[in-house]
Amino acid sequence: MDAKVNRKKLGLKEKYKLLTRDLGWEPSYHAKEKIFPYATYEGIKIHDWDKWEDPFRLTMDSYWKYQAEKERKFYAIIDAHAQNNGHLNLTDARYLSALKIFLQAISPGEYAASKGFARVGREFPGVGTQVACQMQAIDEIRHAQTQIHAMSNYNRFYNGFHAFAQQRDRIWYTSVARSFFDDAMSAGPFEFMIAIGFSFEYVLTNLLFVPFMSGAAYNGDMATVTFGFSAQSDEARHMTLGLECIKFMLEQDPANLPIIQSWIDKWFWRGFRLLGLVGTMMDYMLPKRVMSWREAWDIYGVANGTALFKDLARYGIRPPKSWDDAEAGIDHMSHQFMLGFYQWSFGTCFHSWIPSDEDMAWLAEKYPKSFNQYYLPRWQHIKKLAEAGTPFKNFGVAKLCQTCQLPTVFTEPDEASLLCHREGDYKGEKYHYCSDHCKEIFDNEPEKYIQSWLPLPQLFQAPNFGDIGAWMAWVDLKDGIDNGDYVGSQDEANFQAWRGLATSNSNAQAQGEQ
Amino acid sequence: MSTVFIALQANEQTRPIIEAIVLDNPHAIVNQEPAMVKIDAEGTLVIRQQTVEELMGRAFELQELHVNLISLSGNVDETDETLTLCWNA
Amino acid sequence: MAVVAMKPYVGVPRDVVANFNGMQLVYASWDHHLLFASSLMMCLPPQMKFREFVEGPLTVLLQPDPDAGKIEWNKVQWLKSDQAFTPDFEASLKDNGIVHKALLRFKTPGLNSLLKQGA
Repeated sequence: MDAKVNRKKLGLKEKYKLLTRDLGWEPSYHAKEKIFPYATYEGIKIHDWDKWEDPFRLTMDSYWKYQAEKERKFYAIIDAHAQNNGHLNLTDARYLSALKIFLQAISPGEYAASKGFARVGREFPGVGTQVACQMQAIDEIRHAQTQIHAMSNYNRFYNGFHAFAQQRDRIWYTSVARSFFDDAMSAGPFEFMIAIGFSFEYVLTNLLFVPFMSGAAYNGDMATVTFGFSAQSDEARHMTLGLECIKFMLEQDPANLPIIQSWIDKWFWRGFRLLGLVGTMMDYMLPKRVMSWREAWDIYGVANGTALFKDLARYGIRPPKSWDDAEAGIDHMSHQFMLGFYQWSFGTCFHSWIPSDEDMAWLAEKYPKSFNQYYLPRWQHIKKLAEAGTPFKNFGVAKLCQTCQLPTVFTEPDEASLLCHREGDYKGEKYHYCSDHCKEIFDNEPEKYIQSWLPLPQLFQAPNFGDIGAWMAWVDLKDGIDNGDYVGSQDEANFQAWRGLATSNSNAQAQGEQ
Repeated sequence: MSTVFIALQANEQTRPIIEAIVLDNPHAIVNQEPAMVKIDAEGTLVIRQQTVEELMGRAFELQELHVNLISLSGNVDETDETLTLCWNA
Repeated sequence: MAVVAMKPYVGVPRDVVANFNGMQLVYASWDHHLLFASSLMMCLPPQMKFREFVEGPLTVLLQPDPDAGKIEWNKVQWLKSDQAFTPDFEASLKDNGIVHKALLRFKTPGLNSLLKQGA
């Protein structure tokens, strides 16, 4: 402990004032608009930046103190995990597919969020906002680092973790997360705040972290629980920042309302599409499941979202336009994604599998309105094909949505037996979308989205020109090792063998360590 | 009335905090979930520094909550003595 | 406004036909046959005859569906960009007006082995 200094302790409010407002100054030899050139072009009007307040009133000195404590806790557990063969405590190595997707798609998103907050922290003219954005930029880079560090312990023993940094830019499914953050980062600072700070953090992040981390706890993955909780302890602050930011913008000028509403409409849908991948992890990839995606949505999406939008109604904000279509999709999306992952598993750097009879009974119970009717017959047929020695591989690679970049696997909101097709023309080119909402987002800013780097059309262009083998080398995917069915994989064989060794008297040290 | 919630890691540090929340918010409902405790409360939920300190047996700054906080919902208002979550509608 | 920006801004599309070495993309989707999780993407020469397209790459890709062998191609109902379309099987993709990134949907009423009845 530091030596005690006999001085009156500052109150929270006073300290916050001193360590935010009093760090700012009025420029004397430069025009303010020149220093903050991006603060107005989006049309948001701010009259008094001092009205901005962090409800937690966290100042930089306290921030470092508490973050250091979080890091100590984190590394104590990560060390214990590594020292005690923590990877053998998993319920099953199938679970690792969820982590591989997380590492390839979500962790680079944390890094992107860090860059984004560093940027908007510079671009916002208000001091309170700058400090809060600076903290969040540091948080996000910490999340990326602790996640990569925690999962590196699995990389020593299992396939598919090795090339996440390269795959973030090259493999097909990661472009969904990448384009989400690129879209936000190439927008102005206010839209970025609504995109990441409000729609993603406040409305949707609970769905990502809370049930998923509980799932990790259920499945014996101490490393992920630890990075998850460590990250999540920052999220509460981020969520609060997002909510504060939207209230501040709405209170500053009534003209801000329609702009903000259109961003909420856009970013709720963008985030909802992205987080659908989490639904697949929860419903299919956790050997021991905590709750279904539907149940998580009811708790964190519906209950919480309803309360939030009821609260914001006093400013004239209504729930996102796509809310009903999101609700309609909940009973279908995890099945649609997993069926896609299975049939395209030759191109994924993680394993998928056909759910067991027990899994399917659970899915039928959790999805009484959809599973037996629509998805069970497909899985049964796929099982029959596998048993006949002709496992289903769909080499007709997917049509991607120009906006969210997901394969267009979704069905019509009111007809679950028909794929949803939407297309449009812009300047003589044809574009395809997964939904009315993604089409509308495109139509609002076509010059932005025509530039989408869609990984599957790119497969047939330079440098790979449709050669799947060359593409696999280019994305650093080892055929027969990193991809395909979990059943019969090296991961499966190693996990069984090592766990056997760990519970008997033979040499328990992992022999296949890479 | 909408429900606010706070979710904390389930560990030795949060046990007295959770007890304090229960004492100060008789309407709160405590849900034990894997590795975490989620407390729901209709309308508002208050965490009082004084109650936590009494149960913990040491000085406690409310900002220490950040270390073990998982998530929350509602508008936040924090002073030196209390942290309040509420919905205005 | 085509994009919210501080000054005039023009984007460059990434998937123009010129990038495909003389080939083009064609998407096909079999209505109510969701074994195939999404529309099927194929990269084909525009000179390919419609018959070659149907009997070649399309037939190969559809094979895993239990209804695949029962399709009567002369009775199939086609949609091109959501409009009814009668293809000329002896003409090329190009002469059938199937442009780069066109989506062809087709319906086979009565065939739906993998959909539970009474839906």
